[in-house]
Amino acid sequence: MENSMIPVAVFFAAVFTNNILLTNYLGMCSFLSVSKDLKASYGLGIAVTFVMATTSAINWAVYTFLLEPFNLEYLRFIVLIMVIAAFVQLVEMVIERVSESLYAALGIFLPLITVNCAILGVSLFMVIRDYDLITSFFFGLGSGLGWFLAILSMAGILQKLKKARIPRGLEGPGITLIITGIMAMAFMGFSGILTIG
Amino acid sequence: MARGAAKKTFLKPLGRDNPVFAQILGICSTLAVTGKLENTVVMCIGVIFVTTFSEGTLSLIRKWIPARIRMMVETLVIATFVIIVDIVLRAFYPDIWRQLGPYVGLIITNCIIMGRAEAFALNNPPGLSLIDGLASGLGYSYVLIVIAFFRELMGTGQLWGVQILGDWWTNWTIMVMPAGAFFMLAIFIWVVKGVFIQEEQHGK
Repeated sequence: MENSMIPVAVFFAAVFTNNILLTNYLGMCSFLSVSKDLKASYGLGIAVTFVMATTSAINWAVYTFLLEPFNLEYLRFIVLIMVIAAFVQLVEMVIERVSESLYAALGIFLPLITVNCAILGVSLFMVIRDYDLITSFFFGLGSGLGWFLAILSMAGILQKLKKARIPRGLEGPGITLIITGIMAMAFMGFSGILTIG
Repeated sequence: MARGAAKKTFLKPLGRDNPVFAQILGICSTLAVTGKLENTVVMCIGVIFVTTFSEGTLSLIRKWIPARIRMMVETLVIATFVIIVDIVLRAFYPDIWRQLGPYVGLIITNCIIMGRAEAFALNNPPGLSLIDGLASGLGYSYVLIVIAFFRELMGTGQLWGVQILGDWWTNWTIMVMPAGAFFMLAIFIWVVKGVFIQEEQHGK
């Protein structure tokens, strides 16, 4: 593959074939709790996509220019999660100042994001797979959009299911997990189109 | 009295208050490694270690943690123990470490650890917190070990890398795929909830 195509390939692979939620199980906690509500899923999806794309680029810079030159790779967990937490806090403050309506729509989701495993997961995958800056950014953006796609479709399906009769033991998380499994199977149909490793 | 409290703290997360099926917390990072029993057990030992000692540590310093930055402090303490697990695994079990990939680091964002730290360790003495951490870790681990057992057995016919089922067994490829993990967890929750519902009806 040509070098200039790698970011594009990684982007589409992150959305479809290697969906962060459906193949890597990341971000399940907020996925299960928020997908009951379509509007909230939409807001959280946008926030996750934004934070994932930006933090993966920032974390790439921090890892390459701060940790690697000083042989501090073993500190990466602490440093990466701190960068994410600080960034989320910063974004929250900026949004609060700049736009009231945006803050009202996204504000409550931002603290949730710090503990979203998918954000840290994307940064760790990026480190393990040795991406460069552009690829990291597109990988973060693609993973975020993939997560957005998954939670939005789940919220839509769950809304249709509200009137369905579900076995009592499966109500709530049980049925959500089964649908997630079926969605994962559907997404398996994309596999083979692209691979990233 | 003290012994009674300790026993109660220990048993609670193993039964009805199990973090996995009561709240579906923290499955993110560990569900991914349930494809092989060996990896799951190693991962679970890591999680138990981290929950126990981070809760103990946080409980020791709980009176000096300013409320406003407690999340940061919690994350730092948890991350420290995760780094210990990472370094030990890398040194002694490099093969498993490579297979687990980023998931060791993701123990940090495991909601169970953070949740128990918030809910328990910050309000209770260190001894009890250690016990609560151990029990939460164990309660979480046995669910995952059951899932890994069925996934590896049905997906590959092996357990711990040893062939168990004979030639007559056709591997269920779906079980080693990601979808299999979602289905297994859903079935597990279904069974457990079914038992609880029956118990309630008998109770009445």
